[in-house]
Amino acid sequence: MTDEPLLEVENLRVRFETSRGVTEAVRGVSFQVGRERVGIVGESGSGKSMTGRSILRLIRPPGVATADRLMFSGIDLQALSERRMRAMRGRRIAMVMQDPKYSLNPVMRIGSQLVEALKVHERISKSKARERALQMLADVQIRDPERVLSAYPHELSGGMGQRVMIAMMLIPSPDLLIADEPTSALDVTVQLEVLRILDGLVKDRGMGLIFISHDLRLVSTFCDRVLVMYLGKIVEEIDASRLQDAEHPYTRGLLECLPAIGGSHEPLKVLKRDEAWA
Amino acid sequence: MSGPQSAGNAKIAVSDLSVTFTQGRRPVRAVKGVSFSVKPLESFGLVGESGSGKSTVLRAICGLAPVSGGEIRIDGAAMAEPRDKAFARRVQMVFQDPYGSLHPRHTIDRVLSEPLAIHRFSDREDRIVQALKDVGLDARFRFRLPHQLSGGQRQRVAIARALIVEPEILLLDEPTSALDASIQAEVLNLLTRLREERNLTFVMVSHDLAVIDHMCERLLVMRGGEAVEALERSALADHAVSSDYTRTLLTASEGYVR
Ligand SMILES: Nc1ncnc2c1ncn2[C@@H]1O[C@H](COP(=O)(O)OP(=O)(O)OP(=O)(O)O)[C@@H](O)[C@H]1O
Ligand SMILES: Nc1ncnc2c1ncn2[C@@H]1O[C@H](COP(=O)(O)OP(=O)(O)OP(=O)(O)O)[C@@H](O)[C@H]1O
Ligand SMILES: [Mg+2]
Ligand SMILES: [Mg+2]
Repeated sequence: MTDEPLLEVENLRVRFETSRGVTEAVRGVSFQVGRERVGIVGESGSGKSMTGRSILRLIRPPGVATADRLMFSGIDLQALSERRMRAMRGRRIAMVMQDPKYSLNPVMRIGSQLVEALKVHERISKSKARERALQMLADVQIRDPERVLSAYPHELSGGMGQRVMIAMMLIPSPDLLIADEPTSALDVTVQLEVLRILDGLVKDRGMGLIFISHDLRLVSTFCDRVLVMYLGKIVEEIDASRLQDAEHPYTRGLLECLPAIGGSHEPLKVLKRDEAWA
Repeated sequence: MSGPQSAGNAKIAVSDLSVTFTQGRRPVRAVKGVSFSVKPLESFGLVGESGSGKSTVLRAICGLAPVSGGEIRIDGAAMAEPRDKAFARRVQMVFQDPYGSLHPRHTIDRVLSEPLAIHRFSDREDRIVQALKDVGLDARFRFRLPHQLSGGQRQRVAIARALIVEPEILLLDEPTSALDASIQAEVLNLLTRLREERNLTFVMVSHDLAVIDHMCERLLVMRGGEAVEALERSALADHAVSSDYTRTLLTASEGYVR
């Protein structure tokens, strides 16, 4: 790990002003990411996706994001022109969106999309690009890569679409990858293979990874550190391996709600929420 | 095709089902001769590899997939082709993709009131308020558009829409995979309670074996369009499974090993 963090976020806020009043989706979040795996967990609607999107300056109006500091490897992201920010997004910071349909063009075959993305980043012949695309699909455990190349997004299963997106986001070899629920549609065996790829990129290439997930078991075994969000704030930061010993009542509550194989089949514990937590 | 599994009193009987899509000109055999039956009031799980045909089986039950062989019966009877309004009243599906399944320009209120209008329910107002409450969504979400909700909030709207017409059979495709643990617990408890109160039968797809063990009495493991094995829920805890694939799934459920 290097001394300077890859990403520094200080006092990030996201608010939506609508005719029905103001929603504060993110309320003063600060954290740093090095060349490591940082997990973000937290309640549905707690601002995880908005936090990820803010780093890429992808909050759509009427949403507004502000931060005291938003630095990425020495670059002030807030000061970049929209044009330079776009280049940053394409090359150095990538995000796998929670909505699989968002990043794929519905009327273009998977193969053409991958080949196009490859050609933006490298001088590569069409046939070489196709070969690479096949290999990338095989890497994310797609069983029938030839067929998937010629498929349209709607012809894929949920988990297949998700893996195509991950492959696509890894093309530019980003320094920072923000993955928003990247494996939520994958069966457990494929999930582990995909995580192994991400893990390799962190270890071998020094990529930074922000891994947004609600899967506590996965986050605790895969990540280095975990940020726990509740109502737009980070309420706890803990070593992933120590997640079982978390102290914040929200984090504890989350762990207790999980069903288990061989469990009792009684109603699951539910969380008694407390506004004062955030 | 008959046998103890497809006995006459099944709520849902799927026998030797095959589904073949055409992609360009090439056939894609997504489901290859799958059979299972679900008893009345039972909750039945489908698990298996990504792309193995789980969603396709649910869609075939709803008449939304090109069935190329076999048959599907509900309460012993074949179903109308295409599926009619009466079918939609009895069988509802919660789709895997909560983004794609909600109309982007319809408010949540409209998403919930349309099925009530189609099926001529009275006291719609009360039902909408109650449906939102059931899935733990604050009333302030009622007049929002889907893109103004988080992923998990949208998923709960999709569940509320399926429940609001009081179906007999609920087909649930990864209903909680977009939800955090606390909302997942609430939604699963809600589903369990409603199943008892309203005498529902469930077929549920999930890649989370703990969720399947919690919710389902029996399950079918699928891979590559085929049924690998059918199991009682207790087999998961006891590792009493016969296929290597199921064993791999169970091991992988324990988490990532560095
Ligand atoms: N366009 C919008 N207008 C108003 N509020 C919005 C808008 N978009 C999002 N929000 C709200 O912002 C909050 C944070 O949303 P975000 O998508 O970051 O949640 P999340 O933590 O990613 O949740 P999930 O786990 O369900 O995906 C939510 O409560 C959501 O309702
Ligand atoms: N409209 C379509 N045209 C062509 N092939 C399709 C179509 N829909 C699905 N398929 C193919 O059928 C197979 C089964 O897909 P299905 O969505 O049923 O898988 P699944 O088990 O639900 O997977 P996941 O867990 O990833 O959601 C996949 O190979 C998929 O590519
Ligand atoms: Mg989100
Ligand atoms: Mg599916």
